[in-house]
Amino acid sequence: MFAEFLQFLFTGITVGATYALVAMGFSIIYNASHVINFAQGEFVMLGGMGTVYLLAAGLPLPVAIIIAVAMTVVVGMLLEKLAIEPARNASVVTLIIITIGASIFLRGVAQVVMDKEFHAMPAFTGEDPIVIGGAAILPQSLWVIGGGVMMVLALWFFFERMKMGKAMLATAYNPLAARLVGINTKMVLLLSFGLAAFLGSVGGILIAPMSATYYEVGIMLGLKGFCAAILGGLGRGWGAVAGGLIVGIAESMGAGYISSEYKDAIAFILILLVLFFMPSGLFGTRGTERV
Amino acid sequence: MIAWLANPRTGGLLVLAAIIAVLPLALPNNFYFDVAVRAGLNAIVCVGLNLLIGYAGQISLGHAGFLGLGAYASAVLTAHYGWNPYAAMGVGAIAVGVLAFAVGRPILRLRGHYLAMATLGLGIIISIAANTEDDYTGGPDGMTVPPLTVFGTELYGERIWYWIVGALVVVSVWLALNLVASPVGRALRSVHGSEVAAEVSGVDTARYKVLVFVISAVFASVAGSLGAHYGGFITPVDVGFIKSIELVTMVVLGGMASTYGAVVGAAILTALPQVLTWLQDYEHLAFGLILMLVMIFMPRGLIPSLGSAFRHLFIDRPETQST
Repeated sequence: MFAEFLQFLFTGITVGATYALVAMGFSIIYNASHVINFAQGEFVMLGGMGTVYLLAAGLPLPVAIIIAVAMTVVVGMLLEKLAIEPARNASVVTLIIITIGASIFLRGVAQVVMDKEFHAMPAFTGEDPIVIGGAAILPQSLWVIGGGVMMVLALWFFFERMKMGKAMLATAYNPLAARLVGINTKMVLLLSFGLAAFLGSVGGILIAPMSATYYEVGIMLGLKGFCAAILGGLGRGWGAVAGGLIVGIAESMGAGYISSEYKDAIAFILILLVLFFMPSGLFGTRGTERV
Repeated sequence: MIAWLANPRTGGLLVLAAIIAVLPLALPNNFYFDVAVRAGLNAIVCVGLNLLIGYAGQISLGHAGFLGLGAYASAVLTAHYGWNPYAAMGVGAIAVGVLAFAVGRPILRLRGHYLAMATLGLGIIISIAANTEDDYTGGPDGMTVPPLTVFGTELYGERIWYWIVGALVVVSVWLALNLVASPVGRALRSVHGSEVAAEVSGVDTARYKVLVFVISAVFASVAGSLGAHYGGFITPVDVGFIKSIELVTMVVLGGMASTYGAVVGAAILTALPQVLTWLQDYEHLAFGLILMLVMIFMPRGLIPSLGSAFRHLFIDRPETQST
């Protein structure tokens, strides 16, 4: 009984770590530009698919990972430079449609350059589960959770200790004031897309050995990451982490105890309930109007 | 006379009706009629959705869910329970209206992206339910839908449906234009402009937002029912998240706050994939690229951008409110 609960919990935390990485990507871009980047899920897909593809080309795993991540970061920055930057003065809805166009385009590129098949990536270090309290944990789970923790810590260091990170935070608070004190806000925007692409691709690579990857894998992952970001209060770093973990755990518990058929709906039911009763997400400030 | 023709509510409607009446001459075979019918059905949804996005300034990423409820209400009630298709369509539309009303009030308190999230969630839950409740819906494989009948005659074929849908497009555009020109429309535009200012002026913003949300949901539901009868077959994919995104894209591409823009956007984005089929594997790539380029270079959408360019070229007077 307890072993079962523990099993669902571990699964939830593992998946939740991926959602958290995606959610942080949403939040970083939202802070820099107020755009919801619907191509965020495609960064996840590019990371996973890219690595699978490079592995098949005969590269060793670490090299394949580094190239896939670097490639996704370049794609993210190009997206900002070529599609978001030129439309800077357009309305937010227009910018969102541009990112939707980008997500369709990236899926199109992936299915042409790579293929439309499902791919399983080998686990980083073996397939033998570790048994803790009767629950079996795959070594890959530890990679996902460890990788997630590393990313969060690195981001914390970046935003709290480094000048560029502080410049990004300043831009998020007040772009005009940031420009006035000499922050290059264009650079911040570019960097935010690069960073979001980095987080997404790392999440995609870490989770790929546990769930098959294919060219449309980013749609659901992206939407659930969006759920997680909203749940934690859009634009909040720690909120995104918490949101990701809550969505992951709720999903795995719901699938285990309630209905596995409605597994994919759980994140959305959760977000609707939260929005009905706590309209700014769990940790957000008030964002509603009185009615 | 000129003023009467230049008025979008009369002249524009006349042009639209004329285009719909003449278009069949340019359609060589049933395949093209089929594309036209599906464009028309999308246009009906988009005209409603544009009221919400373009005029009230509220985004919905879940309208395919309302479309899906209408479609499945028609499909399930006629196929499994032998209902009259019009009764099923009506019950579907009423149910969707009630759902939109019940959900609308809490959701429409939310600003911007929270509303997008809530509607997105609602849409996805509906499509997952359609996927899962396979006793009623046939699950992912979809289900067949009996045809619509008029005075005992079953309506089959693209050409008959072309005239039905064409007439309904004109009716829905007429309804939308009248709504926009009415005090309700003025209130909606004020909500879009500045909610605070609208409230201060005594506009009950929440009420109008809920009203237009319900209207747009009912438009989607009716179009969904008609589409189900026309196609004779529906699957959860037809009413899923991608469909919701498609609908929003049609509205924004055509031009927000432009009723004719919504029709044009629906027509272009329904036809575009057909035009791009020769690209085969490159189809999606090209579709995404075109979408991005249009939005980058015409951020206000096709009709408002082309409209002001046209005015600039030929009439050269200050830009006025586009409709």
